[in-house]
Amino acid sequence: MMPWMQALAGGMLLGLSAMVLLIGNGRIAGISGIFGRMLDGSQVAANAAFLLGLLAGPPVFAALAGHPPAVVVQAGWPAVLAAGLLVGVGTRMGGGCTSGHGILGLARFSKRSMVATGVFMATGFATATLMGVLR
Amino acid sequence: MIARLAVALLAGVLFGLGLSLSGMVDPARVLGFLNLAGRWDPSLAFVLGGALLVAVPGVMVQRRLARPVLDEQFHLPQARAVDARLVFGAALFGIGWGLAGFCPGPALAALSLGLAPVVLFVAAMAVGMVAHDRLVAPAIARRIENHQAR
Repeated sequence: MMPWMQALAGGMLLGLSAMVLLIGNGRIAGISGIFGRMLDGSQVAANAAFLLGLLAGPPVFAALAGHPPAVVVQAGWPAVLAAGLLVGVGTRMGGGCTSGHGILGLARFSKRSMVATGVFMATGFATATLMGVLR
Repeated sequence: MIARLAVALLAGVLFGLGLSLSGMVDPARVLGFLNLAGRWDPSLAFVLGGALLVAVPGVMVQRRLARPVLDEQFHLPQARAVDARLVFGAALFGIGWGLAGFCPGPALAALSLGLAPVVLFVAAMAVGMVAHDRLVAPAIARRIENHQAR
């Protein structure tokens, strides 16, 4: 499969996952919300089950594809630490991330999610491009 | 309850598989999309497009249903206002995303590969989330209350 076909098929699996959770359990598949609520101690069992499945995803892929997915972290540890803190605070303050706002929110034509997605895409492009130029 | 947990588990596996197949579990691929100065990798746009190709008709079906299969009602976000918190939070998230190429889903999925920087990212993200919920959010709520009292 060409990379763009894998990207499209993988994206469709993300959409399918979101629909399974929405139509089955009536819940939004927003990862920052699911992880944040679990840390907060609400609906621990269902959120933990989703996260367990998410963790199992790469090993299941490895078993099917014959090789694990590539994960290359280019950033040094100070950038990784700062990135984690910013993503943690930002997703809770903004009420979602690439999944909740970017997939579910856009699919629901939510104005909040359209604004949030536009903003995090803009600052994401700006930051990564600046880091790329400086490197 | 067991059925609901099974559905949540299945949704999680599908999500992790989708991130692995699409390559989005790899922060280098995400940065390849976000960094416009390098060799641009359009994959992330195809991933979002593929997800919406399924989710848009899915939501149309969901809107015709009175309730989900395994619950009494849908649990959907109630907030409608585009406020400073939404914009500022999304801006901070985007900066963090662009710094290392990780957002919450891929970082959590990649934990299973046992790489030290991924563990560090997830630990820092958890600290950021708890710090927001316990310290930042209550402080903002107090300021809004004081502002309204005046």
